Amino acid sequence: MSEKPGSGPSGFDRRAFIAAAAGSALVPMAARAAAQDANVSAAQDPALPVDVTLRVNGKDKRLRIDARTTVLDALREHLKLTGSKKGCDHGQCGACTVLIDDRRVVSCLTLALAAEGQEITTIEGLATDDHLHPMQQAFVDNDAFQCGYCTPGQIMSAVACVKEGHAGSEADIREYMSGNICRCAAYPNIVAAVKQAAPEIMKG
Amino acid sequence: MRPFSYQRATDPDMALQALSAAAAANNPLTKATAQPLAGGTTLIDLMKLDVMRPAAIVDINPLARSWSAIEPGSDGLRLGALAKMSDVAAHAEIQRNYPVIANSLKLAASAQLRNMATLGGNVMQRTRCSYFRDVSYENCNKRNPGSGCAAMDGVNRVHAVLGTSDQCIATYPGDFAQALIALDAMVEITGRSGARRLPFADLHKAPGKTPDIETTLQPGELISAFSIPGRWPRSVYLKARDRQSYEFALSSAAVALDVHDGTIRDARVALGGVATVPWRAREAEALLKGQKFDDGLAQRVADAAFAEAKGRRHNGFKIALGKRVVARALQQAVTMEI
Repeated sequence: MSEKPGSGPSGFDRRAFIAAAAGSALVPMAARAAAQDANVSAAQDPALPVDVTLRVNGKDKRLRIDARTTVLDALREHLKLTGSKKGCDHGQCGACTVLIDDRRVVSCLTLALAAEGQEITTIEGLATDDHLHPMQQAFVDNDAFQCGYCTPGQIMSAVACVKEGHAGSEADIREYMSGNICRCAAYPNIVAAVKQAAPEIMKG
Repeated sequence: MRPFSYQRATDPDMALQALSAAAAANNPLTKATAQPLAGGTTLIDLMKLDVMRPAAIVDINPLARSWSAIEPGSDGLRLGALAKMSDVAAHAEIQRNYPVIANSLKLAASAQLRNMATLGGNVMQRTRCSYFRDVSYENCNKRNPGSGCAAMDGVNRVHAVLGTSDQCIATYPGDFAQALIALDAMVEITGRSGARRLPFADLHKAPGKTPDIETTLQPGELISAFSIPGRWPRSVYLKARDRQSYEFALSSAAVALDVHDGTIRDARVALGGVATVPWRAREAEALLKGQKFDDGLAQRVADAAFAEAKGRRHNGFKIALGKRVVARALQQAVTMEI
Protein backbone atom coordinates (compact mmCIF):
# COMPACT_ATOMS: atom_id res chain seq x y z
CA MET A 1 0.00 0.00 0.00
CA SER A 2 1.47 3.31 -0.88
CA GLU A 3 0.90 6.66 0.73
CA LYS A 4 -0.83 9.28 -1.35
CA PRO A 5 1.64 12.00 -2.40
CA GLY A 6 1.30 15.19 -0.43
CA SER A 7 -0.75 13.69 2.34
CA GLY A 8 0.48 15.04 5.65
CA PRO A 9 -0.15 14.43 9.34
CA SER A 10 -3.67 14.28 10.75
CA GLY A 11 -5.23 14.50 7.34
CA PHE A 12 -3.42 17.74 6.64
CA ASP A 13 -2.95 17.92 2.91
CA ARG A 14 -0.17 20.21 1.83
CA ARG A 15 -1.30 20.44 -1.78
CA ALA A 16 -4.86 21.27 -0.84
CA PHE A 17 -3.65 23.78 1.72
CA ILE A 18 -1.37 25.56 -0.69
CA ALA A 19 -3.96 25.44 -3.43
CA ALA A 20 -6.52 27.00 -1.12
CA ALA A 21 -4.10 29.57 0.23
CA ALA A 22 -2.40 30.59 -2.97
CA GLY A 23 -4.69 29.51 -5.75
CA SER A 24 -2.39 29.21 -8.73
CA ALA A 25 0.49 27.81 -6.66
CA LEU A 26 -0.75 24.25 -7.05
CA VAL A 27 -0.07 23.79 -10.72
CA PRO A 28 3.55 24.90 -11.05
CA MET A 29 4.57 23.20 -7.83
CA ALA A 30 3.09 19.86 -8.76
CA ALA A 31 4.43 20.08 -12.28
CA ARG A 32 7.96 20.94 -11.25
CA ALA A 33 8.04 18.38 -8.49
CA ALA A 34 6.84 15.74 -10.91
CA ALA A 35 9.62 16.60 -13.31
CA GLN A 36 12.15 15.59 -10.66
CA ASP A 37 10.63 12.19 -9.99
CA ALA A 38 13.15 10.18 -11.89
CA ASN A 39 16.15 12.27 -11.08
CA VAL A 40 17.01 12.78 -7.44
CA SER A 41 20.63 13.14 -8.45
CA ALA A 42 20.11 16.55 -10.04
CA ALA A 43 20.24 19.42 -7.57
CA GLN A 44 16.73 20.68 -6.94
CA ASP A 45 15.40 24.11 -6.18
CA PRO A 46 15.50 24.24 -2.36
CA ALA A 47 12.19 26.11 -2.28
CA LEU A 48 10.32 23.17 -3.82
CA PRO A 49 9.27 19.94 -2.20
CA VAL A 50 10.75 16.73 -3.55
CA ASP A 51 9.13 13.39 -4.25
CA VAL A 52 10.74 10.46 -2.52
CA THR A 53 9.84 6.84 -1.96
CA LEU A 54 10.80 5.43 1.41
CA ARG A 55 10.61 1.73 2.14
CA VAL A 56 9.29 1.46 5.70
CA ASN A 57 8.58 -1.84 7.44
CA GLY A 58 8.48 -3.64 4.10
CA LYS A 59 6.18 -1.22 2.30
CA ASP A 60 6.98 1.52 -0.20
CA LYS A 61 5.72 4.93 0.90
CA ARG A 62 5.61 7.74 -1.61
CA LEU A 63 6.03 11.17 -0.08
CA ARG A 64 6.37 14.76 -1.16
CA ILE A 65 8.68 16.41 1.34
CA ASP A 66 10.90 19.39 1.97
CA ALA A 67 14.55 18.42 1.38
CA ARG A 68 15.29 19.22 5.04
CA THR A 69 13.00 16.45 6.29
CA THR A 70 14.79 13.85 8.40
CA VAL A 71 13.77 10.21 8.43
CA LEU A 72 12.38 10.85 11.93
CA ASP A 73 10.14 13.68 10.73
CA ALA A 74 9.11 11.70 7.66
CA LEU A 75 8.03 8.83 9.91
CA ARG A 76 6.27 10.92 12.52
CA GLU A 77 4.83 13.83 10.56
CA HIS A 78 4.17 12.29 7.17
CA LEU A 79 3.61 8.59 7.78
CA LYS A 80 1.99 8.88 11.22
CA LEU A 81 4.41 6.31 12.60
CA THR A 82 4.89 8.03 15.93
CA GLY A 83 6.60 5.15 17.70
CA SER A 84 10.04 6.59 16.95
CA LYS A 85 10.43 9.47 19.38
CA LYS A 86 11.99 12.90 19.06
CA GLY A 87 14.06 13.44 22.18
CA CYS A 88 16.99 15.75 21.55
CA ASP A 89 16.79 15.89 17.72
CA HIS A 90 20.62 16.09 17.72
CA GLY A 91 21.74 12.47 17.85
CA GLN A 92 22.50 12.52 21.55
CA CYS A 93 19.66 10.55 23.17
CA GLY A 94 18.83 7.58 20.93
CA ALA A 95 15.03 7.91 21.28
CA CYS A 96 14.69 8.05 17.48
CA THR A 97 16.71 4.89 16.80
CA VAL A 98 15.54 2.87 13.79
CA LEU A 99 17.20 0.23 11.65
CA ILE A 100 18.29 1.18 8.16
CA ASP A 101 19.36 -1.82 6.12
CA ASP A 102 19.44 -3.73 9.43
CA ARG A 103 21.88 -1.33 11.10
CA ARG A 104 20.80 0.90 13.97
CA VAL A 105 21.04 4.61 13.29
CA VAL A 106 19.59 7.80 14.73
CA SER A 107 16.80 8.85 12.37
CA CYS A 108 16.98 12.50 13.52
CA LEU A 109 20.35 12.99 11.78
CA THR A 110 19.44 11.01 8.66
CA LEU A 111 17.97 12.94 5.76
CA ALA A 112 14.94 11.20 4.29
CA LEU A 113 16.24 11.89 0.76
CA ALA A 114 19.48 10.11 1.61
CA ALA A 115 17.55 7.06 2.86
CA GLU A 116 15.73 6.44 -0.41
CA GLY A 117 16.32 2.93 -1.66
CA GLN A 118 17.08 1.60 1.81
CA GLU A 119 15.00 -0.57 4.12
CA ILE A 120 13.80 1.33 7.19
CA THR A 121 12.53 -0.71 10.14
CA THR A 122 10.75 1.04 13.00
CA ILE A 123 9.31 -0.15 16.28
CA GLU A 124 5.97 -0.55 14.46
CA GLY A 125 7.58 -3.14 12.20
CA LEU A 126 8.87 -5.49 14.92
CA ALA A 127 5.79 -7.40 16.04
CA THR A 128 4.24 -10.05 13.82
CA ASP A 129 0.46 -10.38 13.88
CA ASP A 130 -0.47 -10.54 17.56
CA HIS A 131 2.96 -11.63 18.75
CA LEU A 132 5.35 -9.16 20.29
CA HIS A 133 8.96 -9.36 19.16
CA PRO A 134 11.03 -11.19 21.81
CA MET A 135 12.74 -7.90 22.73
CA GLN A 136 9.39 -6.15 23.22
CA GLN A 137 8.20 -9.03 25.39
CA ALA A 138 11.43 -8.94 27.39
CA PHE A 139 10.98 -5.22 28.09
CA VAL A 140 7.47 -5.95 29.40
CA ASP A 141 8.62 -8.96 31.43
CA ASN A 142 11.47 -7.03 33.05
CA ASP A 143 9.63 -3.77 33.63
CA ALA A 144 12.39 -2.13 31.58
CA PHE A 145 10.84 1.35 31.50
CA GLN A 146 9.00 3.88 33.57
CA CYS A 147 7.72 6.75 31.43
CA GLY A 148 8.32 4.79 28.22
CA TYR A 149 9.47 7.68 26.05
CA CYS A 150 12.90 6.20 25.31
CA THR A 151 11.55 2.65 25.00
CA PRO A 152 11.01 2.36 21.22
CA GLY A 153 14.56 3.59 20.65
CA GLN A 154 15.89 1.31 23.39
CA ILE A 155 14.16 -1.71 21.84
CA MET A 156 15.34 -0.99 18.28
CA SER A 157 18.86 -0.43 19.57
CA ALA A 158 18.69 -3.60 21.68
CA VAL A 159 17.61 -5.74 18.72
CA ALA A 160 20.62 -4.51 16.77
CA CYS A 161 22.90 -4.86 19.79
CA VAL A 162 22.05 -8.56 20.01
CA LYS A 163 22.40 -9.16 16.26
CA GLU A 164 25.81 -7.42 16.24
CA GLY A 165 26.96 -9.92 18.87
CA HIS A 166 27.36 -7.28 21.55
CA ALA A 167 25.04 -8.76 24.16
CA GLY A 168 27.39 -11.45 25.44
CA SER A 169 27.85 -9.91 28.89
CA GLU A 170 26.26 -7.25 31.05
CA ALA A 171 29.33 -5.06 30.53
CA ASP A 172 28.98 -5.40 26.75
CA ILE A 173 25.27 -4.60 26.89
CA ARG A 174 25.93 -1.47 28.95
CA GLU A 175 28.70 -0.34 26.60
CA TYR A 176 26.83 -1.01 23.37
CA MET A 177 23.51 0.38 24.64
CA SER A 178 25.13 3.62 25.82
CA GLY A 179 23.67 5.54 22.88
CA ASN A 180 20.20 5.26 24.39
CA ILE A 181 19.60 7.52 27.34
CA CYS A 182 16.85 6.65 29.85
CA ARG A 183 16.06 9.67 31.99
CA CYS A 184 14.04 7.45 34.38
CA ALA A 185 17.23 5.38 34.79
CA ALA A 186 15.62 2.01 34.12
CA TYR A 187 19.06 0.78 33.07
CA PRO A 188 19.33 -2.33 35.29
CA ASN A 189 16.01 -3.60 33.96
CA ILE A 190 16.95 -2.73 30.37
CA VAL A 191 20.13 -4.78 30.74
CA ALA A 192 18.04 -7.66 32.15
CA ALA A 193 15.61 -7.43 29.23
CA VAL A 194 18.39 -7.50 26.62
CA LYS A 195 19.94 -10.51 28.38
CA GLN A 196 16.62 -12.33 28.40
CA ALA A 197 15.81 -11.70 24.74
CA ALA A 198 19.30 -12.30 23.33
CA PRO A 199 19.26 -16.13 23.12
CA GLU A 200 15.82 -16.18 21.53
CA ILE A 201 16.79 -13.57 18.91
CA MET A 202 20.05 -15.33 18.10
CA LYS A 203 18.13 -18.60 17.68
CA GLY A 204 16.14 -16.77 15.02
CA MET B 1 17.41 24.56 9.37
CA ARG B 2 17.84 26.75 6.31
CA PRO B 3 16.71 25.46 2.92
CA PHE B 4 19.28 23.70 0.76
CA SER B 5 19.35 21.85 -2.50
CA TYR B 6 20.09 18.15 -2.29
CA GLN B 7 22.09 16.34 -4.90
CA ARG B 8 23.17 12.72 -4.86
CA ALA B 9 26.57 12.13 -6.43
CA THR B 10 26.81 8.74 -8.06
CA ASP B 11 30.50 8.99 -8.93
CA PRO B 12 33.51 10.99 -7.72
CA ASP B 13 33.60 13.31 -10.75
CA MET B 14 30.02 14.31 -10.18
CA ALA B 15 30.70 14.98 -6.49
CA LEU B 16 33.81 17.02 -7.17
CA GLN B 17 32.06 19.00 -9.87
CA ALA B 18 29.14 19.84 -7.59
CA LEU B 19 31.43 20.78 -4.71
CA SER B 20 33.89 22.83 -6.73
CA ALA B 21 31.13 24.81 -8.45
CA ALA B 22 30.57 26.39 -5.04
CA ALA B 23 34.28 26.60 -4.26
CA ALA B 24 34.61 29.59 -6.54
CA ALA B 25 33.00 31.71 -3.81
CA ASN B 26 36.40 31.57 -2.11
CA ASN B 27 35.05 30.78 1.36
CA PRO B 28 37.08 28.66 3.73
CA LEU B 29 35.98 25.01 3.64
CA THR B 30 33.95 25.34 6.83
CA LYS B 31 31.83 28.04 5.17
CA ALA B 32 31.73 26.59 1.65
CA THR B 33 28.27 26.94 0.16
CA ALA B 34 28.24 23.28 -0.92
CA GLN B 35 29.04 20.66 1.68
CA PRO B 36 29.50 16.93 1.20
CA LEU B 37 27.13 14.68 3.15
CA ALA B 38 28.53 11.34 4.32
CA GLY B 39 27.24 10.05 7.68
CA GLY B 40 25.74 13.45 8.46
CA THR B 41 26.32 13.15 12.19
CA THR B 42 28.19 16.46 12.36
CA LEU B 43 26.77 18.30 9.34
CA ILE B 44 23.04 17.77 9.97
CA ASP B 45 23.51 18.49 13.66
CA LEU B 46 25.30 21.78 12.96
CA MET B 47 22.78 22.73 10.29
CA LYS B 48 19.97 22.28 12.82
CA LEU B 49 21.92 24.55 15.17
CA ASP B 50 22.35 27.09 12.34
CA VAL B 51 26.13 26.90 12.80
CA MET B 52 26.58 25.54 9.28
CA ARG B 53 24.47 27.04 6.52
CA PRO B 54 25.25 25.34 3.21
CA ALA B 55 23.05 26.19 0.24
CA ALA B 56 23.75 22.81 -1.31
CA ILE B 57 24.28 19.32 0.06
CA VAL B 58 26.14 16.82 -2.08
CA ASP B 59 25.35 13.31 -0.86
CA ILE B 60 28.54 11.30 -1.45
CA ASN B 61 27.32 8.04 0.12
CA PRO B 62 27.03 6.30 -3.28
CA LEU B 63 30.84 6.67 -3.56
CA ALA B 64 31.14 4.14 -0.73
CA ARG B 65 31.10 1.45 -3.41
CA SER B 66 34.71 2.33 -4.22
CA TRP B 67 35.78 4.39 -1.18
CA SER B 68 35.00 2.16 1.79
CA ALA B 69 37.47 -0.71 1.51
CA ILE B 70 39.37 -1.88 4.59
CA GLU B 71 42.65 -3.22 3.24
CA PRO B 72 45.24 -4.59 5.64
CA GLY B 73 48.41 -5.51 3.75
CA SER B 74 51.85 -6.81 4.59
CA ASP B 75 53.40 -3.34 4.58
CA GLY B 76 50.55 -1.34 6.02
CA LEU B 77 46.87 -0.58 6.12
CA ARG B 78 44.63 1.39 3.77
CA LEU B 79 41.23 2.58 4.90
CA GLY B 80 38.65 4.05 2.53
CA ALA B 81 37.31 7.39 3.73
CA LEU B 82 33.70 6.23 3.49
CA ALA B 83 34.24 3.11 5.62
CA LYS B 84 31.96 3.28 8.65
CA MET B 85 33.52 3.68 12.09
CA SER B 86 31.72 0.56 13.36
CA ASP B 87 32.97 -1.65 10.52
CA VAL B 88 36.59 -0.65 11.01
CA ALA B 89 36.36 -1.02 14.81
CA ALA B 90 34.95 -4.54 14.42
CA HIS B 91 37.51 -5.72 11.84
CA ALA B 92 39.54 -8.61 13.27
CA GLU B 93 42.83 -7.72 11.61
CA ILE B 94 42.60 -4.12 12.76
CA GLN B 95 41.87 -5.23 16.30
CA ARG B 96 44.92 -7.50 16.15
CA ASN B 97 47.48 -5.34 14.35
CA TYR B 98 46.22 -1.82 15.08
CA PRO B 99 44.42 -1.92 18.44
CA VAL B 100 44.95 1.84 18.81
CA ILE B 101 42.81 2.38 15.71
CA ALA B 102 40.13 -0.17 16.63
CA ASN B 103 39.79 1.20 20.16
CA SER B 104 39.85 4.87 19.19
CA LEU B 105 36.84 4.12 17.00
CA LYS B 106 35.07 1.77 19.40
CA LEU B 107 35.33 4.25 22.29
CA ALA B 108 33.91 7.11 20.23
CA ALA B 109 30.25 8.17 20.09
CA SER B 110 27.52 5.52 20.27
CA ALA B 111 26.80 2.34 18.34
CA GLN B 112 24.21 4.21 16.26
CA LEU B 113 26.54 7.08 15.39
CA ARG B 114 29.42 4.71 14.60
CA ASN B 115 27.11 2.94 12.13
CA MET B 116 26.49 6.24 10.37
CA ALA B 117 29.73 8.17 10.63
CA THR B 118 32.53 7.60 8.14
CA LEU B 119 36.27 7.81 8.75
CA GLY B 120 36.66 10.84 6.48
CA GLY B 121 33.83 12.69 8.16
CA ASN B 122 35.13 11.69 11.57
CA VAL B 123 38.46 13.43 11.13
CA MET B 124 36.61 16.53 9.87
CA GLN B 125 34.35 16.63 12.94
CA ARG B 126 33.94 20.14 14.33
CA THR B 127 34.64 21.17 17.90
CA ARG B 128 32.12 20.66 20.70
CA CYS B 129 32.89 24.09 22.21
CA SER B 130 29.48 25.17 23.48
CA TYR B 131 30.08 28.78 22.44
CA PHE B 132 30.80 27.61 18.90
CA ARG B 133 27.68 25.44 18.84
CA ASP B 134 25.35 28.11 20.26
CA VAL B 135 24.81 30.89 17.74
CA SER B 136 23.28 33.14 20.39
CA TYR B 137 26.89 33.84 21.40
CA GLU B 138 28.13 36.35 18.88
CA ASN B 139 31.75 36.19 19.92
CA CYS B 140 33.22 33.07 18.41
CA ASN B 141 36.27 33.60 16.21
CA LYS B 142 35.68 30.21 14.61
CA ARG B 143 32.13 31.06 13.55
CA ASN B 144 32.44 34.85 13.17
CA PRO B 145 36.10 35.71 12.52
CA GLY B 146 37.19 38.73 14.52
CA SER B 147 34.27 38.59 16.98
CA GLY B 148 36.27 37.39 19.97
CA CYS B 149 36.17 34.21 22.01
CA ALA B 150 33.50 33.66 24.65
CA ALA B 151 35.27 30.57 25.98
CA MET B 152 38.47 32.41 26.93
CA ASP B 153 36.91 33.81 30.11
CA GLY B 154 33.74 31.74 30.04
CA VAL B 155 33.07 28.21 31.15
CA ASN B 156 36.12 26.48 29.71
CA ARG B 157 36.34 23.19 31.58
CA VAL B 158 36.41 21.09 28.40
CA HIS B 159 38.66 23.40 26.42
CA ALA B 160 42.19 22.87 25.18
CA VAL B 161 45.44 23.35 27.08
CA LEU B 162 47.75 22.69 24.10
CA GLY B 163 47.89 24.38 20.70
CA THR B 164 45.70 27.29 21.78
CA SER B 165 45.99 30.87 20.57
CA ASP B 166 44.68 34.19 21.81
CA GLN B 167 41.84 33.71 19.30
CA CYS B 168 40.54 30.22 20.12
CA ILE B 169 40.85 27.48 22.75
CA ALA B 170 38.32 25.04 21.26
CA THR B 171 39.24 21.38 21.64
CA TYR B 172 39.53 19.04 18.67
CA PRO B 173 36.91 16.46 19.73
CA GLY B 174 37.76 13.27 17.83
CA ASP B 175 39.56 10.08 18.85
CA PHE B 176 40.52 8.30 15.62
CA ALA B 177 42.67 11.24 14.49
CA GLN B 178 45.03 10.70 17.41
CA ALA B 179 45.63 7.12 16.25
CA LEU B 180 46.27 8.33 12.70
CA ILE B 181 48.72 11.04 13.68
CA ALA B 182 50.58 8.71 16.05
CA LEU B 183 51.05 6.09 13.31
CA ASP B 184 52.33 8.55 10.67
CA ALA B 185 49.24 8.06 8.53
CA MET B 186 48.95 9.65 5.11
CA VAL B 187 45.70 11.09 3.83
CA GLU B 188 44.64 10.72 0.22
CA ILE B 189 42.74 13.69 -1.18
CA THR B 190 40.85 13.84 -4.44
CA GLY B 191 40.09 17.08 -6.24
CA ARG B 192 39.17 18.15 -9.72
CA SER B 193 42.80 18.64 -10.63
CA GLY B 194 43.65 15.12 -9.50
CA ALA B 195 44.73 13.34 -6.35
CA ARG B 196 47.26 14.37 -3.73
CA ARG B 197 48.66 12.75 -0.61
CA LEU B 198 49.81 14.49 2.50
CA PRO B 199 50.86 13.49 5.98
CA PHE B 200 47.82 13.34 8.24
CA ALA B 201 49.76 15.60 10.60
CA ASP B 202 49.46 18.35 7.94
CA LEU B 203 45.69 18.08 7.56
CA HIS B 204 44.59 20.02 10.64
CA LYS B 205 45.68 23.59 11.33
CA ALA B 206 46.15 25.02 14.80
CA PRO B 207 43.83 28.02 15.34
CA GLY B 208 46.50 30.76 15.39
CA LYS B 209 44.97 33.95 13.99
CA THR B 210 42.47 32.09 11.78
CA PRO B 211 40.47 29.61 13.87
CA ASP B 212 37.81 29.51 11.12
CA ILE B 213 40.30 27.67 8.92
CA GLU B 214 40.52 24.22 10.49
CA THR B 215 42.23 22.09 7.86
CA THR B 216 44.31 22.34 4.70
CA LEU B 217 41.56 20.61 2.75
CA GLN B 218 40.22 22.99 0.10
CA PRO B 219 36.62 23.49 -0.99
CA GLY B 220 36.00 21.10 -3.87
CA GLU B 221 38.28 18.43 -2.41
CA LEU B 222 37.33 15.17 -0.71
CA ILE B 223 39.30 12.79 1.49
CA SER B 224 39.22 9.44 -0.28
CA ALA B 225 41.42 7.24 1.95
CA PHE B 226 43.95 6.98 4.76
CA SER B 227 47.05 4.83 4.65
CA ILE B 228 49.05 3.70 7.65
CA PRO B 229 52.55 2.31 7.21
CA GLY B 230 53.69 -0.74 9.18
CA ARG B 231 51.89 -2.70 11.87
CA TRP B 232 51.42 -1.69 15.49
CA PRO B 233 50.11 -4.62 17.53
CA ARG B 234 51.53 -3.05 20.70
CA SER B 235 49.31 0.00 20.72
CA VAL B 236 46.70 1.46 23.03
CA TYR B 237 44.00 4.11 23.00
CA LEU B 238 43.11 5.25 26.51
CA LYS B 239 40.26 7.71 27.02
CA ALA B 240 39.31 9.50 30.25
CA ARG B 241 35.91 11.17 30.34
CA ASP B 242 33.05 12.28 32.56
CA ARG B 243 31.13 9.04 32.04
CA GLN B 244 32.30 5.60 31.07
CA SER B 245 30.75 5.48 27.63
CA TYR B 246 29.31 7.76 24.93
CA GLU B 247 31.22 10.88 25.93
CA PHE B 248 33.97 13.02 24.48
CA ALA B 249 37.45 12.74 25.94
CA LEU B 250 38.59 15.06 28.70
CA SER B 251 41.97 13.55 28.02
CA SER B 252 43.05 10.66 25.85
CA ALA B 253 46.28 9.12 24.66
CA ALA B 254 47.16 7.08 21.60
CA VAL B 255 50.34 5.15 22.30
CA ALA B 256 52.19 2.74 20.01
CA LEU B 257 55.43 1.04 20.95
CA ASP B 258 57.95 -1.25 19.31
CA VAL B 259 59.69 -3.08 22.15
CA HIS B 260 62.50 -5.58 21.63
CA ASP B 261 64.12 -7.44 24.55
CA GLY B 262 62.75 -4.85 26.94
CA THR B 263 64.14 -1.90 25.00
CA ILE B 264 61.83 0.59 23.33
CA ARG B 265 62.95 0.87 19.72
CA ASP B 266 60.20 3.15 18.48
CA ALA B 267 57.51 5.04 20.33
CA ARG B 268 54.50 7.11 19.30
CA VAL B 269 52.44 9.29 21.61
CA ALA B 270 49.46 11.43 20.59
CA LEU B 271 47.04 13.32 22.79
CA GLY B 272 43.31 13.90 22.49
CA GLY B 273 40.76 15.97 24.43
CA VAL B 274 43.43 18.44 25.50
CA ALA B 275 44.52 20.15 22.28
CA THR B 276 43.04 22.28 19.51
CA VAL B 277 44.16 19.79 16.86
CA PRO B 278 45.18 16.10 16.82
CA TRP B 279 48.38 16.39 18.88
CA ARG B 280 51.60 14.47 18.42
CA ALA B 281 53.87 14.62 21.50
CA ARG B 282 57.23 14.20 19.76
CA GLU B 283 59.32 15.48 22.67
CA ALA B 284 57.71 12.76 24.81
CA GLU B 285 58.44 10.12 22.18
CA ALA B 286 62.10 11.12 22.06
CA LEU B 287 62.50 10.33 25.76
CA LEU B 288 61.24 6.78 25.22
CA LYS B 289 63.44 5.72 22.32
CA GLY B 290 66.26 3.38 23.26
CA GLN B 291 65.12 3.17 26.89
CA LYS B 292 63.88 0.42 29.16
CA PHE B 293 60.46 1.17 30.60
CA ASP B 294 59.85 1.99 34.24
CA ASP B 295 57.44 4.19 36.16
CA GLY B 296 59.99 7.00 36.48
CA LEU B 297 60.36 7.11 32.70
CA ALA B 298 56.57 7.13 32.26
CA GLN B 299 56.37 10.15 34.54
CA ARG B 300 59.12 12.03 32.69
CA VAL B 301 57.45 11.29 29.37
CA ALA B 302 54.08 12.48 30.68
CA ASP B 303 55.67 15.68 32.02
CA ALA B 304 57.34 16.31 28.66
CA ALA B 305 54.06 15.79 26.79
CA PHE B 306 52.42 18.58 28.79
CA ALA B 307 55.45 20.86 29.23
CA GLU B 308 53.91 23.57 27.05
CA ALA B 309 50.36 23.18 28.38
CA LYS B 310 48.50 26.28 29.52
CA GLY B 311 45.42 25.91 31.69
CA ARG B 312 42.71 28.49 32.07
CA ARG B 313 40.16 29.03 34.82
CA HIS B 314 38.33 25.68 34.64
CA ASN B 315 40.53 23.35 32.59
CA GLY B 316 43.80 23.32 34.53
CA PHE B 317 42.90 19.85 35.82
CA LYS B 318 43.43 18.50 32.30
CA ILE B 319 47.18 18.90 32.69
CA ALA B 320 47.36 16.65 35.75
CA LEU B 321 44.77 14.27 34.29
CA GLY B 322 46.49 14.18 30.90
CA LYS B 323 49.85 13.23 32.41
CA ARG B 324 48.25 10.32 34.26
CA VAL B 325 46.49 9.19 31.09
CA VAL B 326 49.81 9.20 29.18
CA ALA B 327 51.60 7.31 31.96
CA ARG B 328 48.85 4.72 32.20
CA ALA B 329 48.59 4.28 28.43
CA LEU B 330 52.35 3.65 28.28
CA GLN B 331 52.05 1.13 31.12
CA GLN B 332 49.24 -0.67 29.31
CA ALA B 333 51.13 -0.71 26.02
CA VAL B 334 54.32 -2.08 27.60
CA THR B 335 52.51 -4.84 29.45
CA MET B 336 50.00 -5.89 26.79
CA GLU B 337 50.25 -9.45 25.50
CA ILE B 338 50.80 -9.55 21.76
